[in-house]
Amino acid sequence: MTPLASGYALEVINLKKAFGGLVVTQSVSLTIRPGERRLIIGPNGAGKTTLFNQISGDMHPNSGHIKLFGTEITQFAPYTRAHFGLSRTYQIITLFNGDTLEHNVTLGLLGLRRSRWQMWRPLSFYGDLATEARRVLDAVGLLHLAAYPVSEIAYGEKRRVELAMALAQKPRLLLLDEPLAGLSNTERSQVKSLIASIPRQTTVIMIEHDMDTALDLAETVTLLNYGRVIVDGDRDAVIADERTREVYLGA
Amino acid sequence: MKWIGVVLLAASFLLPPVFAGDFYVNLASQILIAAIFALSLNLLVGYGGMTSLGHASYLGVAAYISALLTSRYGFGHGLAAIISIAGTTGMAAFFGVVALRATGLGFLMITLAFSQVLWGLAYRMSNVTNGDNGIAGLTRPMPFGISLDSAVSFYWFALIVTVVALLMMTIFVSSSFGSSLKGVRDQPRRMAALGFNPWMIRWITFIYAGFWCGVSGLLYVYYNKYIHPTSLSITSSAEALLGVIAGGSGTLGGPVVGAALVLLLKNYASAYIERWNMLLGLVFLFIVLVMPTGIVPGLNRLARGLQGRPQ
Repeated sequence: MTPLASGYALEVINLKKAFGGLVVTQSVSLTIRPGERRLIIGPNGAGKTTLFNQISGDMHPNSGHIKLFGTEITQFAPYTRAHFGLSRTYQIITLFNGDTLEHNVTLGLLGLRRSRWQMWRPLSFYGDLATEARRVLDAVGLLHLAAYPVSEIAYGEKRRVELAMALAQKPRLLLLDEPLAGLSNTERSQVKSLIASIPRQTTVIMIEHDMDTALDLAETVTLLNYGRVIVDGDRDAVIADERTREVYLGA
Repeated sequence: MKWIGVVLLAASFLLPPVFAGDFYVNLASQILIAAIFALSLNLLVGYGGMTSLGHASYLGVAAYISALLTSRYGFGHGLAAIISIAGTTGMAAFFGVVALRATGLGFLMITLAFSQVLWGLAYRMSNVTNGDNGIAGLTRPMPFGISLDSAVSFYWFALIVTVVALLMMTIFVSSSFGSSLKGVRDQPRRMAALGFNPWMIRWITFIYAGFWCGVSGLLYVYYNKYIHPTSLSITSSAEALLGVIAGGSGTLGGPVVGAALVLLLKNYASAYIERWNMLLGLVFLFIVLVMPTGIVPGLNRLARGLQGRPQ
């Protein structure tokens, strides 16, 4: 593991991103401590997912820096960042539809192992992969569906598979993009306790609109609007802030 | 049910030399060569999601290298085969670097462009390739001193190579790497986020496909004892692609069945109908309408339906 040079899990320094004339990230700077639970809020189009995409490497910023546990990762490819302990989930479910739940989670495990390059042994040779995948599925309460293809399970269950794939990687930093979107109340509380049970070795940054649930999980909150950080700090302070009320919580 | 299909397929390849005449044995040899060609293309199209319209490049170049080395420079078949396969694989590595800058339609156009360049060279560089006359008067190798000049002996040789090729490609797609490849085909962005390098996975597959296509090119030139620029043409690439899609891309049996279908239509139907391409088009249309995923997946579904099992 890389030593904690700066003491921060994630540092975003003066990040800028524009699509043509539309500026979606304007001089965003953030620091997140190891183990922190950070909630990112903001109205639609505030640039929350774009910020995630830059942190995970799906998009390149026009300028600025991103440091993961003290390592400058701004120029790293997404897969290199994954090997530095970064995992993410997607707002729009991005799973392998034709494959079983077990295989989906197995891919999450395989991504960080050297055996992903192995060309002559069948995947089934690595029994520990399957065992571990089933353990993770059990943790998210989906073990009974392990042998079903993703295309046959319900939407709420797919959300949990998204989470399982990321958790299987035991990331140091986990980005959750609206993990509660479209869930029923029951499913919501299931996923909530799942996120609450993530060990402290994993730093969590979450985008979420469901304030009732998300605020319980968060320690610190960042409010984005038009690509800028408006308010940033401890949960209660941000919620009490005048500007939060004005921009986001509204009437 | 699946095993019945496998046994039928195996039997249809073991029986021809026993009772069929030379014409049919030769036809079967050609099917085997086309099958390796289609199987290698299927690695790209079916398992990698990379639709190439220039795959004949590797068949043609392997054939030309072997033809030139043995006929003009007096190389033995063994050494010529090694150089030819190595050269073809190296060419795939280079073409892959360029073509994989794009995906989808862009990738298809780059592969097509490369193959057209090679096709043009084969026609125009007549001092090397003998142009439109092609290179004739070639010989077949004699592995372990066994002559392959008879139809039956060549068939057994081609069958052994095909079985090895099928086996190696089966192992390839069922491996961990094969899972990575299929993942990159379905969700490249997610795969990258999980720690897989999509570009490298595609490139390695591209090279491997080039290697096996080179092997089919060697068999092709041994069989025909002649090589002509048309083997590098877009028609040659398109026929293979048609076979892969008709038989069922992303399956191992599909390309074999599809290649056989295209070859049978080409050789058999063309004796009765002058415009056999039209017939091929109609058959293809029928397959796409009735079994959109190809013959092999279509028949599998039919078999499951007959047994009353859920799909």
